[in-house]
Amino acid sequence: MTGRMVGVDVGGTFTDVFVLNEADGTASVAKVPTTRPDQSGGFLEGISQLGSDFSKLSVVVHGTTAGTNALLERKGAVTGVICTQGLRDVLEMRRRDRPRTWGLRGDFEPVVDRRNRLEVPERTLADGTIRTPVDLEAVRVAAKTLHDQGCKAVAILFANAYANPANEQAAVAAVREIWANPHVSASSEILPEIREFERFSTTALNAYLQPEVSGYLDRLERALNSRGFDGEFMIVQSNGGVMAVETACRLPVRTALSGPAAGVIAAGYIASSAGFENVITGDMGGTSFDVSLIAGGHSMLSPQTSIDFGMVVRTPMIEITTIGAGGGSIAWVDKGGLLNIGPESAGSDPGPVAYGLGNTRPTVTDANVVLGRIDPDNPIGGKLKRLDVDAAREAIDRHVGSPLDLGTVQAAEAILRVANSRMAGAIRLVSIERGFDPKHFAFMPFGGGGALHAGAMLKDVGIARALVPRYPGVTSAMGCVIADMRQDFVQTINSLVATLDESALGDFMQAHVDQGLALLEAARATFEARDLSFELDMAYIGQTHTVSVPMNVLTESSNVIPPTRADIEKAFDAAYKATFGRLLENGVRRIINLRSSVTGMRPKFDLRSLAPETTDPAVPRATRQVHFEESWLETEIFDRLALPVGTVIKGPAILEQPDTTVLVEPDLQARVDAFGNTIIEPLGDQS
Amino acid sequence: MSEIDPITLSVLSGRMEQIADEMDATLFRAAFNPIIAEAHDASHGLYHAVSGDTLVQGKSGLPIFVGVMSFAVKAVIEKVAADGDLQDGDIFIFNDAHIGGTHLSDMRLVRPYFRDGELFCYLASVGHWHDVGGAVPGNYNPAATDVFQEAFVLPPVRLARAGEVNRDIIDILLRNTRLPQSAMGDLNGQLGALDLGVRRMDELLDEYGASTITAALDALGHRAEALMRAELEAMPDGRWEALDYLDNDGITDEPLAIRVGLEINGDSMTLDFAGSAPQCAGPVNIALPTTVATAYVAIKHIFPGLPANAGVMRPIEVKVPEGSLLSAEFPSPTGGYTETILRMIDVIFSAFAKVAPDRVVANAYGTINALSIAGKRSNGQPWVMFSFYGGGHGGSLEGDGLNHGNAPISTATIPPMEILEAAYPVMFRQWALRPDSAGAGKHRGGLGAIYEIEVLEENGAEAFLFGERGRFAPKGIVDGQDGAMNRFSYEQDDDWKVPPLASKMRGIKLRQGQAVRLETPGGGGYGKTEDRAAENVASDVARGFVDAERADQLYGTAWREISI
Repeated sequence: MTGRMVGVDVGGTFTDVFVLNEADGTASVAKVPTTRPDQSGGFLEGISQLGSDFSKLSVVVHGTTAGTNALLERKGAVTGVICTQGLRDVLEMRRRDRPRTWGLRGDFEPVVDRRNRLEVPERTLADGTIRTPVDLEAVRVAAKTLHDQGCKAVAILFANAYANPANEQAAVAAVREIWANPHVSASSEILPEIREFERFSTTALNAYLQPEVSGYLDRLERALNSRGFDGEFMIVQSNGGVMAVETACRLPVRTALSGPAAGVIAAGYIASSAGFENVITGDMGGTSFDVSLIAGGHSMLSPQTSIDFGMVVRTPMIEITTIGAGGGSIAWVDKGGLLNIGPESAGSDPGPVAYGLGNTRPTVTDANVVLGRIDPDNPIGGKLKRLDVDAAREAIDRHVGSPLDLGTVQAAEAILRVANSRMAGAIRLVSIERGFDPKHFAFMPFGGGGALHAGAMLKDVGIARALVPRYPGVTSAMGCVIADMRQDFVQTINSLVATLDESALGDFMQAHVDQGLALLEAARATFEARDLSFELDMAYIGQTHTVSVPMNVLTESSNVIPPTRADIEKAFDAAYKATFGRLLENGVRRIINLRSSVTGMRPKFDLRSLAPETTDPAVPRATRQVHFEESWLETEIFDRLALPVGTVIKGPAILEQPDTTVLVEPDLQARVDAFGNTIIEPLGDQS
Repeated sequence: MSEIDPITLSVLSGRMEQIADEMDATLFRAAFNPIIAEAHDASHGLYHAVSGDTLVQGKSGLPIFVGVMSFAVKAVIEKVAADGDLQDGDIFIFNDAHIGGTHLSDMRLVRPYFRDGELFCYLASVGHWHDVGGAVPGNYNPAATDVFQEAFVLPPVRLARAGEVNRDIIDILLRNTRLPQSAMGDLNGQLGALDLGVRRMDELLDEYGASTITAALDALGHRAEALMRAELEAMPDGRWEALDYLDNDGITDEPLAIRVGLEINGDSMTLDFAGSAPQCAGPVNIALPTTVATAYVAIKHIFPGLPANAGVMRPIEVKVPEGSLLSAEFPSPTGGYTETILRMIDVIFSAFAKVAPDRVVANAYGTINALSIAGKRSNGQPWVMFSFYGGGHGGSLEGDGLNHGNAPISTATIPPMEILEAAYPVMFRQWALRPDSAGAGKHRGGLGAIYEIEVLEENGAEAFLFGERGRFAPKGIVDGQDGAMNRFSYEQDDDWKVPPLASKMRGIKLRQGQAVRLETPGGGGYGKTEDRAAENVASDVARGFVDAERADQLYGTAWREISI
């Protein structure tokens, strides 16, 4: 199947579209304003800008924040819970944490109101024994009550359902008997893993999102079809893989980090094409700086995240570390005379002081404006005509310069220095603190502002070079087109290795493989290859944290050959030693969970097709005064997209494109590689 | 002393905090016992070479350690002054609570950090070990009358000399715990955290030079002091008092007063605990270092923007009379120190509420409820389920208190019910919010919890509880009402019973099928009940947080007009 593959990333401000023509490998990009509340307007408009014939589109892949926004803004459906007697408050009690360590303020409301959390007699024990069979009449009464109370979705949350789903399954059937509702989910389907709060929370949030997200995706799919689209519509998951739209409607909670995950996937692909297997990505937005690490071509996955206090989603996600230092983060001096950046932010509305939309406190972007690093006459995004440099100067003077007894320019430099040190701290956190040496990594900024700070990251953290992708503003949309199709599965096993039922483990593996392959079969997308991978979460008895133990499991034409106890012990010892340095004498090994993933590898395209075709030597289109550390330097400004492959521009210089500004500091140089990426490295570096 | 510019200081302050945070994270990952690994009952930091004062401390460790760690370092400094011969690569270890604060479960490691042959600062690590001997597994012995019944006592000794670990010390440690494997895992984790701290300090000093770092550390102390003084200066001068009680000492059923006089004078403050009960026979005594550290924890909750630096305490005098429960002498038992310091925080909050009600929250539930259920399985294997339980937080100017939060001295999360049920022969019949437990007020307290735990093991089990707030309720502020008291009961053949000492009891015999039931306190309320919005009362009634008739009594009947 050849045609045009489309990636669409809907962000808070812009909807980005990336279209790849599979026949000739050419790509094109579009950026249109996001429409609200219905995002489908911008979605369709963005695609149309790159070609109006929707019948030529083979695949549309969507990175969406619809789920995340519904959670953050509490705009999901009225949801009901039917749970084990005695446990109706688990969702509200969380794991007995608090929002902030100091101050003891803040409360919490779960997404399911207590009135819509109903208990029924039933109980399964930890070993899977059913102590009390579920009272199905009580389930029916509860379902009727929830229906009458206006619930649109129902979550069935029973104790120890990971060990035996029978009571939950019977309850689901009973609910469906009397209430034809597609949005009924059981915790043992969504996450058959031990830990009731995490399982209940994930299941309840999934139910809460189902009506909203499936409605949105249905609308989009119908709109695409009505314009003649006959290809496959897929959605990016938090784990960086894509799933069919039907799966997304059933498991919307897996889209919680859809957009950012696609960005990291693209970053990894761009970097590895350019010859860098180790990358640290940095996405600088208005309120935050999001960092992610890719080692050996693999991005790190974390098992769960909190969307907000008490809103825990446990499903594998690309690990993204966020700190509150974005372009809109506010600089302020505390009562002890120390300069701080954030966490308060002016965001994009009202935004920095220079936007002139009402904010009067200086931001990181204001410092960049005052130092000449951002062109005040051509603001990024095109919403504003001109930036107000004087207002930015005045704000910096008043709030930072005077209290610290610094001139305007020194105060602006100080803001950047502290902001850079916070961003560098986030990079240290994901690299040095996890045992990765940043010297072996490239830094890849994306998002609007990251490339202004790349040089500082090289100096502060000791990263060798930065790689600015050719289109940093549409990285997430590109990631949609690149991502593989992937399904993750988990099952709690909870057994000593010594007493493991090997064939039962094999049956779980086989079930995961069968389900995963069925989803790949059902998809119309083409796959170059299929990959099955299995991991066991294991620990010694008495130990709290588990180690991920990758299992090399053999298959014969999709039939799993279960690993033996000896295989598992050997694999655990290797993984444990790699993590902690040595094994525990006489330690008893235990398996907690099985994690499987089934991946269909999608064809990749050659990024060289994005490279510039120009050969004209680089000529600066202007110069302006830019401040670096101690002095103002006359700095050449280049049109970045016009620079031919192989160009080397010595700092100081600024490379501009419609949505990004790349700063090249005086002791650095910028080199255009064969893909049109810009490599920022120390002067004279050739590697 | 060289001057340091404020921007470099901002940068270095973040870098040094990150070192301490990374030491925390290193131990959390490596520790064997869940009290460190999951509940984060541990802490790390950098301390002054001469005074032992806290310079920087990790943000993820237990809040109480923020103030107490410097006493551990001071104890080592005194030992070194007496013995001489401090060398690079020495590591000291001890758990003596009368010298280092808190209780004997907390194992403290202190390591001098040298630069160019000179002592530059100290690094320290503290972690709560699972078992350190004594009469009761897990060391919460409510009937202890001296430290020797609580645990073995280790004074500051050298675990390592010039980089060589002394295996003899490890042998002594491991012979004195019921869980040697866990202890060894935790000790390795703490040593690893200290090693990491040394590496990171080396890198930082290589980059910036020792004199810049010294100047930064001095400046951070001055800044912390300036911040504290600015806060105090902004408050009115005067003296305010608050009084509350502990139920009893676990031996005799008599209440124990905790009284504070808060005096603000310009930019300084005195916290005077005169009038508090004298040292008692049971384990609710605390040593002076713990008292000073607790004052710091309360102050940091009231002024959350203050850094974790000893400079904060310079304008503050903590006065404790000799012979007080709050300055108990060796060998008085201190195993239940958590209960006493929670009450100290309560009275400090209550006193502050009289001068700056907007700055504090009403009292939280005020007890950790250390409950252990233990027995033998049919195959003869012993088991001990030990955990702390949550309760309601206090209401504040901004809003209602948090339902089912963790204690103000801790950031620990509770283990999942399913993990406990998979590990031990028990079943939770109930794990729920406790209706009618919130202190009423304009902003009510958070709700406490109900946990009912049935023994499934055919051999039965024994239960031990160390709790508080069974006789005196968590207090409301600014005319808010008190939260519900702690209530513990246990099932016997004839009926449910309650312990004679309310929330402290050991050796409760339970048969298979019998249960214990813990109903924990809610938080105190903030403001008058008549100021609570009728919508909020109606919503609480609809959700079953408060009984309808009780709501009428507390708030009047206006809420009945509201449909939600």
